[in-house]
Amino acid sequence: MKGHAESAAPFVANEPRAHWHDESLWFVRVKRDRQASTVPEWEDLRATASAIKAHTLSRLADYLEEFERNATANGIHVHWARDGAEHNAIVLRILKDHGVKRLVKSKSMLTEECHLNPYLEAHGIEVTDTDLGERIVQMRKEPPSHIVLPAIHLKKEDIGELFHIQLGTEKGASDPKYLTEAARGHLRERFLGAQAGLTGVNFAIASTGGVVVCTNEGNADMGTSLPPLHIACMGVEKIVPRPQDLAIFLRLLARSATGQPVTTYTSHFHGPLPGGEMHVVIVDNGRARILGEEAFRRSLSCIRCGACMNTCPVYRRSGGYSYGYTVPGPIGSILGPQRDPAAYGSLPFASSLCGSCTDVCPVKIDLHHELLAFRQELAKKGHVPWQKRFSMWVMGQVLARKWAFLLGGRLMRTLMPLLPRALVYGPWNPWGKQRELPPMPKESFRDLLKKEPK
Amino acid sequence: MPKVGLFIPCYVDQLYPQVGLSTLRVLRGLGLDIEFPEEQTCCGQPMANSGCSEDARPLAEKFLRIFARYDHVVAPSGSCVSMVRNHYEQWLAGKPGFEHLRDNTFELCEYLVDVAKVTKVDGDFARKVGLHMSCHGLRELRMAKSSERMVAPFNKVKVLLEQLRGIQLVDLKRPDECCGFGGTFAVAEEAVSCLMGQDRIRDHEQAGAEVIAGFDMSCLMHLEGLLTRDKKPMQVLHVAQILEHARLS
Ligand code: SF4
Repeated sequence: MKGHAESAAPFVANEPRAHWHDESLWFVRVKRDRQASTVPEWEDLRATASAIKAHTLSRLADYLEEFERNATANGIHVHWARDGAEHNAIVLRILKDHGVKRLVKSKSMLTEECHLNPYLEAHGIEVTDTDLGERIVQMRKEPPSHIVLPAIHLKKEDIGELFHIQLGTEKGASDPKYLTEAARGHLRERFLGAQAGLTGVNFAIASTGGVVVCTNEGNADMGTSLPPLHIACMGVEKIVPRPQDLAIFLRLLARSATGQPVTTYTSHFHGPLPGGEMHVVIVDNGRARILGEEAFRRSLSCIRCGACMNTCPVYRRSGGYSYGYTVPGPIGSILGPQRDPAAYGSLPFASSLCGSCTDVCPVKIDLHHELLAFRQELAKKGHVPWQKRFSMWVMGQVLARKWAFLLGGRLMRTLMPLLPRALVYGPWNPWGKQRELPPMPKESFRDLLKKEPK
Repeated sequence: MPKVGLFIPCYVDQLYPQVGLSTLRVLRGLGLDIEFPEEQTCCGQPMANSGCSEDARPLAEKFLRIFARYDHVVAPSGSCVSMVRNHYEQWLAGKPGFEHLRDNTFELCEYLVDVAKVTKVDGDFARKVGLHMSCHGLRELRMAKSSERMVAPFNKVKVLLEQLRGIQLVDLKRPDECCGFGGTFAVAEEAVSCLMGQDRIRDHEQAGAEVIAGFDMSCLMHLEGLLTRDKKPMQVLHVAQILEHARLS
């Protein structure tokens, strides 16, 4: 698999578009700042949210079982899935049992992670993603490029072109309002024809046995109030102990995600529709293993707000697809290599370790420290290329010996200016592709120090 | 009087000797008893940040051996200080003298403001200056409020510079976005790194800066490399080079 730098190159090469992408996401970051600054207790909220998550994760099994008991008492069927394959099979079985051929879905990164759509489609079920952004990428047969803003990599002209082909809108039309209306009409048909609705879960409340879904378009509500069958899919980490705890997260989520005080719809589901059925599928898919690793445990606190993506200077300039994993950006660069260190080994290095993600994260995940810890983990397991390990070993050996360090420095400073430019700035020098090397002074600090009056 | 060990990061020693001298002079100007232990080389950050932590360990151990004897250690680099303060634990936890070293190693501005309690900066610098708040000093040492955090504003670099007569600190659109240096990142992710740097420079340009001032030469080396290649007149300076000509008290 290509590494991040290689996948990012074409995105960066289109500089106007990279800048447009950067500005679009920075705009969201600025909105977030504005909203967060209106909450005087913002930092306390973050600390509390982080503590609630840490507590919940330390008693995860208990809370999950409490949730199961209460959900069952509410008339919800609860299923447990060890991995993506089990999850997909459970969903298919429920749909088959009800003779469902047409399914509408609201946003769920978990089902993306499990590759549910292609699985269901292969079994003859028509799946419609109903979140506008998700529908757009679904029509393009692409995965989302951002967990909250799935089509953020597309300009309105791209969407106009897509809708012209798929929905018969006027050629060249790119007015967002016009396009949204067209999508609405199209989605309404799908809603009306659907036999089941599937949603993700933002939070599951242990003490009440209910789940909460946050959307801006109301599509989760449409998808669950028309058809009689509702399936909600959640990772084990979505649990919060009590409704009081939920309040903390709801104040943080939309502000961090899109700079809104709250999502337009915050829908609580505590049982099936009259005469209907509701199922919750609880999925592990590698999470229990992460929970067992102290250095990375906190990544399970993630509430998928996307703020770390919006703030990440690398993500903004390289785009979601450069990461090659379902969840991109800083948090994805921890979750991806957890799943498959060989395939996603370059992701922890796709960061300047600036730490903006850590400071923006509403649940205070120490993202840039986890990225650094992961680099060490990858090196230990042999997933860092030998050239890099070798050069670091050499560098370590030189720097550990004063004489070698001073000799190396002197050689560099005297020889470099004597070499022909073509030799110094050849293709083997990635620093020099767009940058000059630093000036090579005749004397080092130590040399000058000898002449400095005491 | 406290005995201060001067820690000059390896690349500053070899490539930016003037910055080392300026740092020394600023500290001497305060009448401090300052010493540069000759055995020092590097804090080990390049190896550690590449994941090769076992190659960094001997350097951390060496650093402790060299600097444990000082009351305070001061360096003109936020990033290298953060290495000692926030990342040495993994190799040195429990070793005699480590806690003292960790708690008494400071970046220059931090040292001036927090330890030497400098409140007055008397000097001239009639230039338009854009402040580059390098990430590790900003978010790992908390030398200023980062734009993400909703706490009372403070900035330990600005409080010093803004007192200089004639200085004009310009307002950036993005006050603390990363310049894209990031150590080996600058090379491994060359394309993204350079675009980040060029964007930073553009921000300083639109704000009217003549000088980009910072407390980490590594970031400034990256920005300077881009500026020189693109033949732009903007200059980079380490804060120590600006403060050197002022009287601090
Ligand atoms: S890691 Fe933090 S900032 Fe990133 S998506 Fe998760 S909760 Fe949001």
